[in-house]
Amino acid sequence: MSYTFTLDGKVIPFADGQTIIQAASAAGVFIPHLCYHPEFKPHGSCKLCTVRVNGRHTASCTMRASAGMVVESETEEINAERRALTQMLFVEGNHFCPSCEQSGNCQLQATAYHLGMMSPHYDHFFPNRPVDASHPEVLLEFNRCILCSLCVRASRDVDGKNVFALSGRGIKTHLIVNAKSGAAGRYGLRAG
Amino acid sequence: MGFNEMHAEAVAGVVDRVINRYKRDPTCMLQILREVQESCDWIPPEAIDRMQAMLGVPRTKIEGVAGFYSFIYTEPRGKYRVLFSDNITDRMQGNRAMMERLCNNLWVERGKVSEDGLVSVGKTACTGLCDQGPGMMVNNYAIGGMSEQRIDEIAELIRNKVPLAEWPPAYFKIEDNIRRADILLNADFKPGEALLAARARAPSDGLNASNMRSWREGLPSGIGGPGATLDEIKRSGLRGRGGAGFTTGLKWEACRNAQLKAGHQRIVVCNADEGEPGTFKDRVLLSKCPDLVFEGMTVAAYAIGATRGFVYLRGEYRYLLDHLNAVLAHRRRENLLGKDICGLPGADFDIEIHVGAGAYVCGEESALIESLEGKRGTPRNRPPFPVTNGYLDQPTIVNNVETFAAAAMIALNGGEWYAGIGTKHSSGTKILSVSGDCARPGIYEYPFGISIRQVLEDCGATDTQAVQVSGPSGVCVDASEFDRIIGFEDIPTAGAFTIFNKTRDMFEVARNYVHFFQHESCGFCTPCRVGTSLLKNLMDKLHYGSGSPYDFAEIEKLNQLLQSMSHCGLGHTACNPVLDTIAKFRPYYEKRMMQQDFTPAFDLDRELSAARQMTGRDDAGAHLVTEHGGQA
Ligand SMILES: Cc1cc2nc3c(=O)[nH]c(=O)nc-3n(C[C@H](O)[C@H](O)[C@H](O)COP(=O)(O)O)c2cc1C
Ligand code: SF4
Ligand code: FES
Ligand code: FES
Repeated sequence: MSYTFTLDGKVIPFADGQTIIQAASAAGVFIPHLCYHPEFKPHGSCKLCTVRVNGRHTASCTMRASAGMVVESETEEINAERRALTQMLFVEGNHFCPSCEQSGNCQLQATAYHLGMMSPHYDHFFPNRPVDASHPEVLLEFNRCILCSLCVRASRDVDGKNVFALSGRGIKTHLIVNAKSGAAGRYGLRAG
Repeated sequence: MGFNEMHAEAVAGVVDRVINRYKRDPTCMLQILREVQESCDWIPPEAIDRMQAMLGVPRTKIEGVAGFYSFIYTEPRGKYRVLFSDNITDRMQGNRAMMERLCNNLWVERGKVSEDGLVSVGKTACTGLCDQGPGMMVNNYAIGGMSEQRIDEIAELIRNKVPLAEWPPAYFKIEDNIRRADILLNADFKPGEALLAARARAPSDGLNASNMRSWREGLPSGIGGPGATLDEIKRSGLRGRGGAGFTTGLKWEACRNAQLKAGHQRIVVCNADEGEPGTFKDRVLLSKCPDLVFEGMTVAAYAIGATRGFVYLRGEYRYLLDHLNAVLAHRRRENLLGKDICGLPGADFDIEIHVGAGAYVCGEESALIESLEGKRGTPRNRPPFPVTNGYLDQPTIVNNVETFAAAAMIALNGGEWYAGIGTKHSSGTKILSVSGDCARPGIYEYPFGISIRQVLEDCGATDTQAVQVSGPSGVCVDASEFDRIIGFEDIPTAGAFTIFNKTRDMFEVARNYVHFFQHESCGFCTPCRVGTSLLKNLMDKLHYGSGSPYDFAEIEKLNQLLQSMSHCGLGHTACNPVLDTIAKFRPYYEKRMMQQDFTPAFDLDRELSAARQMTGRDDAGAHLVTEHGGQA
């Protein structure tokens, strides 16, 4: 059975159980997102994918589509809010694009460009996050972590390994690695 | 060996004992961590090793849970862990000076562990002792009525390493301070009465259909009692007392109507997390009338066909645990819990208590359920809602302590009786936790519809400037609004009623609340995780004299963002105290707007404070005079 809803006036078909973002991307419509990845269970935390459904804000990666929904995404207001969220992520971590090896191949950077972000706007937090270089093949650059938990989900749900998890609370939330020493090289993360 | 060191075998022994008592159930993770810490003073890595092996749960998961809760320590915090309650009322009662005094007495730096590893002194969110503050906790046991004398005595006890169990019992005596009692706090109620009344209730018109449903599902029917009980709850008009005010009858009915999957059961959860600063009425209800609350839960179980119940008790109320468990044991002996309750075949229900560990967000019902499942207290994505997919994916109702107490009285006396109390839109009574600037702080139970002015008069408040109703996430009411009433039609409340007289600086009140939200944000979603920190920084900037009108606009923008993008109620309400006080007490802000134009928050002189502390200097030469404000 297939139904439809509208996204910025465009008619979008969807199948039972699909979320708004799944149906939109199947129809070739892009909704900005960071913590959503089509292969993993949605998380709903970054809030970049927020849209207005019948006038109410909701994350499109977790909200199931339903027939007749009126969804707004590319409005001035929503994009300004998405831009502010992106700026928040920039100042929360240490993202210095000009000196970053991922520059040009980074979804955070691409999202910022897409949303027309010209400056971080807020004061930088400059958190102190040591890099974990204890593993021979993998470098854990915590300065760039935006807590999207994609690595957590990939390891837990796909690899069945639980190498990563989030710990701490609030602004002190951080990624941890499965190792008694807290460093990747010792346990958990194995090369090859 | 230091004060917090134990042999690995000893740690393993503790872990084994605790885990076995919880039947190796990983959903009890938080309870296991909490109890291991009660024996080991912290969670040493060896304990995590052992838990990992015994529970078959990855280390990352255990550490992720432990790291979420303020009262679980994965680093040694001393044999004595002192936390000062830091609500605005504690501040008004002088907690800061007392904390300084204790730190000086013990030679320990605030927030740190003493060099010999004996003691740490820190602060924590409101401990619910606002009517008898300043409050503190030592190793998670609450102590009220802090005074200079008591501080000095405590320092002495700690220095002499006197075990907590040998401290003067008077310290740990927490008063109920009931100043006005009504149908709940004055209830003429014998345990079991409400259940017998519920059982005896004949089905009323229109409810036979739902009664038949319960027959089909094998719910205890006892002459149609469950459906009729639910009907009484609906007729009473009872709405939730935890803040959101959802209609209780509808919630219960939705849960009762939810399809049960094979092997599933319905769950009743009592929300005793009571984390909203300034609220302490659930503490008093649980201390004075636990039977009424448990009976209300049992009535709910009967009405919806639930067989398992939980009380989620905030960590700050740990001291109530043993007594509450004794009451539960007594109820089991009296056949008011357990199998075939009141002799009704199939009426099976029991209650277990889970204790929280310092996380306000766990009062949010879906975060609470996550925590009950032994996880980090992160609010869930909704829909689906707990009534269909709650505890371990089973249909679950979560209600406030006071809601259950009221439900017991409704089961006993009927919905009509209850609806006759209060106002048209708000039936029944509301228990207020009154604190702040007044002569008689404590617990006041009123029928709904009472005016702010009347409460102020009853508690002996004079020269009142403002009342914060329902805590930081509620509303700040100024003198022009004192004729407004407590009720869902005007000012709804979860119970906090915090009074500020004209000497109080309402900016500092708002700043204290903003710090609270920043500390309690769970960190799951971007807007609240980062936004509450930005808001805190802005308020601190104003406090330090670098504010300009530009910052008002920033606050307004942050509020918009938190309102629209946040994942749960915490983020939605985090800006409330600031917006309210800007609107109603703007002069307190204007006083701080020393700058006409935008001024950066960064202050070179303030940044040097760490260096001054390290070098032990505070003379003029150790300061810079900067353009704006300078020596803050
Ligand atoms: C951040 C946050 C904290 C909350 N804390 C509590 C609490 O401590 N106690 C409570 O009963 N409800 C609290 N609630 C409301 C619960 O989510 C829920 O609505 C309530 O327990 C339902 O019970 P009621 O219908 O009987 O009020 C909180 C909500 C939020 C968003
Ligand atoms: S709004 Fe705050 S408390 Fe609620 S989920 Fe988001 S980060 Fe957590
Ligand atoms: S992409 Fe939907 S919340 Fe992150
Ligand atoms: S790298 Fe930050 S959550 Fe995965």
